[in-house]
Amino acid sequence: MQDTVTTNETPESNKKDVIDEGVEKGLARLTPEKISTVINQVLTKETGARFKVYVETCMRCGLCADACSIFLSNDRDPRFSPAGKVKQTILEMIQKKGKVSKQFLKDAVRIAHTECNVCKKCSMYCPFGIDIAYMMTLVRRICHKLEITPLYIQDTVNSHSATMNQMWVKEDEWIDTLQWQEEDAREEFADLRIPLDKDGADIMYSVIAPEPKFQAGLIYQTAVIMHAAGMNWTMPSAPGWDNSNMAMFTGDFEISGRIARAHYETATKLHVKKIVMGECGHAFRSSYDVGNRWVGWAMPPVELIHAIDFFHDLLTSGRIKVKEKYKKTVTLHDPCNISRGRGLHNKAREMVNILCESFVEMTPNREHNYCCGAGGGVINCGPPWKGARIVNNREKSVQLERTGAEVLIAPCHNCHSGLEDIVHHYGLNMEIKFFGDIIFEVMEKTIYQNDN
Amino acid sequence: MHSFIHFIMGPMVWISFLIFFIGVIFKSFQVIKLINEREKFIYTYLSLKYSFRSIFAWLTPFLPVSTRKSPVFYSVSYVFHLLLFIVPVFLLSHVALLEESMQWSWFTMNDAVADILTLIVIFSLLFFIIRRIVVPEVNFLTKLSDFGFILIVALPFITGFLAYHQFFAYQWMVVVHVLSGELMIILIPFTRFFHMFMAPFTRAYTGSEFGSIRHAKDW
Repeated sequence: MQDTVTTNETPESNKKDVIDEGVEKGLARLTPEKISTVINQVLTKETGARFKVYVETCMRCGLCADACSIFLSNDRDPRFSPAGKVKQTILEMIQKKGKVSKQFLKDAVRIAHTECNVCKKCSMYCPFGIDIAYMMTLVRRICHKLEITPLYIQDTVNSHSATMNQMWVKEDEWIDTLQWQEEDAREEFADLRIPLDKDGADIMYSVIAPEPKFQAGLIYQTAVIMHAAGMNWTMPSAPGWDNSNMAMFTGDFEISGRIARAHYETATKLHVKKIVMGECGHAFRSSYDVGNRWVGWAMPPVELIHAIDFFHDLLTSGRIKVKEKYKKTVTLHDPCNISRGRGLHNKAREMVNILCESFVEMTPNREHNYCCGAGGGVINCGPPWKGARIVNNREKSVQLERTGAEVLIAPCHNCHSGLEDIVHHYGLNMEIKFFGDIIFEVMEKTIYQNDN
Repeated sequence: MHSFIHFIMGPMVWISFLIFFIGVIFKSFQVIKLINEREKFIYTYLSLKYSFRSIFAWLTPFLPVSTRKSPVFYSVSYVFHLLLFIVPVFLLSHVALLEESMQWSWFTMNDAVADILTLIVIFSLLFFIIRRIVVPEVNFLTKLSDFGFILIVALPFITGFLAYHQFFAYQWMVVVHVLSGELMIILIPFTRFFHMFMAPFTRAYTGSEFGSIRHAKDW
């Protein structure tokens, strides 16, 4: 099929020509009619007042640029500024009424999926508060409907769709992993349990699928903390145990909603009082802010708290006591989805001060943090995009280096993986840890005695 | 000629304001209708408290980090937006005209002050033009229409200034002055000038989402 639609592409727009099989094969299947139909369907039928007003209100002042770590990491190249990305994608789609070329779409996939972390920092820098991340999500939605989503993240979504977890973890493997961790832990801690499907427990603990897949030690640590604190908790055996949600980032809102619903329905079936989730940022965004809305719950139907909230409570209430403070100098990375996404940055700092002897701030911080570069599904686009992702986050390495800290606390899985790459690539000598790692190391590991 | 001038300085002023008001009402209804049809959740999340928190934060000079990153642009922009209203509304000759035709009258400023403020507006606009050319990330976003907007705003101020000083072609200056002023008023609802009305609402919504749902600041 001959592609009759052309655009004037500058060679520069292909500076990072990455071959992504999912994108290439998807593009090969497209026809000009399909392209314009899908784009116009999304832009006219799936958008509303926000989209219209954002497009008609932006005065192209460029103030959003300074928010973006990807823009800053690329020596202030205008193509990487938030509004610049909108101009190169959405605005051109509107202007051409959806009649865009395949090359344009290839660039749009790259921009929306790998050069924007949908971290929402730019809406804090826009005087009008325009939600540019939402505009990028719309581009991803269009890519999803055109079936040109990057291969690796699409595979993750396929896994969500088939198994309700993001890593093709089978049900028996999941249960087996929990029982294996319980067995190991019982050798060190008498009577420790990882209670499965305990009806009416106070807490349902949910994790992301990479934990059972290859970081089972994190479940072990949490079990020890729960045990020491004497919590009445449980983990579900059925699908719904995974709180992660990559469909939210590919614009596959239907799957995204199913994931959030499965998570809450699992909690409801177990009659738990609340859900505590592990140290993950995007999963929190999905359950607290995005997936629930798609299902029709304005706010979470079951109380949902992030591990920071939970650990903070355990530490300040004295249910977990610090035996000896952590000695090494630490710094703290604020994950977008729980600082800008839930304002947990101050509690995180209080925890650092309870747990560690020496703390250095990185700047900017709290709501103004730089993203880890992995967030928003960027790292999930996989190996083809890894090199570009690391270049796109040079600014973070500069920020980390300035702290001179030995240990970097990052209470989010995505941030962890992204920061590992940054630390490794830029040769920073830094260990990266979760709050759970530090708590496990410094806590009094004795069984909590209930006075009653 | 005389009747033309009479028209643009008389009925056309009222026609311009009429188009302006009808346009504002029409555009507002359009947005409200879209919200009701597609995005009713906006009402769910809109919080009065956090809307005002955000708006006031953004009206406070140099409170938002963003404004501290671009202090010169922000200062010029802040002053410009204030003067854009203050100068025409409190200009003696404008108020005199209104008093003559409608017997409405209010505080006016000294002509010498108005003269300086007008120059500030004109130089601010010149600054915006230069910024659009010189700053790469702004230049990248700039379309011809952005210069057009600046020109439309600049015209009434430049011609007003020239007419007041009667440097040359006084009558023509007045004609262009009145016409360009009317053009700007008419265009507000139908162009990106409408940010004048929409900005508080986009700010309010983002402020509400950040404040009441995400417990975070948005400045």
